[in-house]
Amino acid sequence: MAILTLLQAVNDALHTKMRDDERVTVFGEDVGPKGGVFLATEGLTREFGERRCFDTPLSEDGIVGAAVGMAVNGLLPVCEIQFQDFIFPAFDQIVSEAAKLRYRSGGQYTAPMVIRTPYGGGIRGGLYHSQSGEAYFAHTPGLKVVIPSTPYDAKGLLIAAIEDPDPVLFLEPKALYRSLKGEVPEGSYTVDLSTVRTAREGSDVTVFCYGAMVPVCEKAAATAAEGGIETHVVDLRTLLPLDEEAVLDAAKRTGRVVVVHEAPRFCGYGAEISALIAENAIEYMEAPVRRVTGFDTPFPNTLEHHYMPDERRVLDAIEGVASF
Amino acid sequence: MTETLKMIEADGSAPSFNGALDDKALVYCYRTMLMVRAFDDICMKLQRSGRIGFSIPNKGVEATQVGAASALRSTDFFFPSYRDFGMALHHGAEPVEMMHNMFGNASDSARGRQMPVHFSFTKPLRFFSISSPIGTHLPQAVGAAFASQAQGKDDVSLASFGDGGTSSTGFHSALNMAGVWKAPVIFLCQNNGWAISLPSSGQTASDGYAIKAKAYGMPGVTVDGNDLLAVNRAVSEAAERARAGEGPTLIEAFTYRMGGHSTSDDPTKYVPAEELEKWAKKDPVLRMQRFLAQRGLWDEALEETLQAECAAEVAAAAKEAQATPGPTLETIFSDVYETLPNHLRRQGEQAFDLAARKGDADAGGGAFPL
Repeated sequence: MAILTLLQAVNDALHTKMRDDERVTVFGEDVGPKGGVFLATEGLTREFGERRCFDTPLSEDGIVGAAVGMAVNGLLPVCEIQFQDFIFPAFDQIVSEAAKLRYRSGGQYTAPMVIRTPYGGGIRGGLYHSQSGEAYFAHTPGLKVVIPSTPYDAKGLLIAAIEDPDPVLFLEPKALYRSLKGEVPEGSYTVDLSTVRTAREGSDVTVFCYGAMVPVCEKAAATAAEGGIETHVVDLRTLLPLDEEAVLDAAKRTGRVVVVHEAPRFCGYGAEISALIAENAIEYMEAPVRRVTGFDTPFPNTLEHHYMPDERRVLDAIEGVASF
Repeated sequence: MTETLKMIEADGSAPSFNGALDDKALVYCYRTMLMVRAFDDICMKLQRSGRIGFSIPNKGVEATQVGAASALRSTDFFFPSYRDFGMALHHGAEPVEMMHNMFGNASDSARGRQMPVHFSFTKPLRFFSISSPIGTHLPQAVGAAFASQAQGKDDVSLASFGDGGTSSTGFHSALNMAGVWKAPVIFLCQNNGWAISLPSSGQTASDGYAIKAKAYGMPGVTVDGNDLLAVNRAVSEAAERARAGEGPTLIEAFTYRMGGHSTSDDPTKYVPAEELEKWAKKDPVLRMQRFLAQRGLWDEALEETLQAECAAEVAAAAKEAQATPGPTLETIFSDVYETLPNHLRRQGEQAFDLAARKGDADAGGGAFPL
């Protein structure tokens, strides 16, 4: 089995689906001959031609709007927004159009499409190349929101997203693009959307996380184990629709929960996990749910390592809930 | 910029008409215009009597709608605004299906989820589901046009919008992208004088809207929007260019919204009475009627027959729609995704359980303000 980076796994998924299905059409800013600013689409124009993978004008709402039009007229668009920070001009097209189309037309029109976009910090990108906007989108009925954290999942989830009958926002943790390698099978396979992945088994504390926070939490869990705390790490990987049963099972297993994300805390995704547990599993809880998140500030540049949850902060929270 | 295309003179003569529509098609176009008016009339009455919540009148813009529709095939992809349903009627959409939407009942294709006048058809024509935000359908029309071309089909997309729509982000993004891609799409700007209460003069400082085409690398055409033949010709020519791979066209049709923005709007508060009088003399239905009369295709007897047919059809449609029960509770939760996710299943079960224990929610007396 090939050992690939997460970025190569994304590229592999696109090659695989484009070979399988000629309707799959990839487009966005600089995704053509250049292969994208991160090279996620490298080689696609060469192999499949300019009709299947091409550059667009610098227009995020145009890109996503065109994707909706392609999706309702026989293609399977996989468009790229260069950085998730730049997605907001397309917010209307995602939230009011793609996500609501099936509902508002009673299923007459649907938008099977994928919007891929790198998100998150860790590359010294400052306010506008670092954000984690998943909560804006996870608040949108009709949309699916997926975030892989391993090369294997990146390929399998992306293929599942392309095959999904509903619009999927596929957020790629850019901090992991090249830093993480793993085994990736050749050819087509899928990882079911709306399933969680157990990244580490443990019986004392449960940590919920996703994307670039997964390896951070795994490291913190390994360190905690040295101190005698066994941590159960759950990679949520599909934020919407969430596998709520799996989350509740994992929370009940230890009765002590930490939720970790890069995005700001207030109304962040961790609030939903906390509320879900409070509403459905309060009687199992031995300690208050603790959140480890970005601060409720814009994303800083020079001090980004203080802003982003790191092993230190996650470990501190694990120890805190373990000793409550 | 070319001169504004006009074909039907005030007296009904049309010396430059080349027979693009045969006699039967011409009368059918006229009938569609009357049907739009009949549908409008009954919706106004239904709204005023409290039986439906809202409607969008089309009086004054019928020639643009029907002229454009008559130039296109039902396999072309229509991306309409909310003041365009004459296009759907022209291609055979059933008034009763539209009326189900006006009542938001169980037979509505949108299951009562949308406000009235937000129609959606996949047959007998591709009439894209209407959304309320302005201009979002323009980039979608470009994407659909691209897809037609990529699949080797010669279908075109028509994006129809008002003068207000030209100020939206979607207008710029779509025209720019369509120009670069040479997409087979027709942008039909219905300059009807008003965007709710803002006159067209407050919408742009440019010399009209068609001129904007130049900056996007496509032809801009102006046409008398109250002249069905002229609109038919302008859209036919744009469609021909698009099908031949020559790219998009922006058409600005000069027309006039003779009613309010909607049934909730009182245009007498901001529309000068003399402006309305001036445009009433240019009524597109009368204009077409005079043209048909000149050709010996219209007389009072035909008028009576057509009016009676249209009125009866919309009245029967309204009666049937009113008698159709409302959507059931589960339609709140269906069609969000293809497969119902567990969290929605649970929320639905809770709603059913509450209804069983405490009765249905009070419908209240909500009235739409716009």
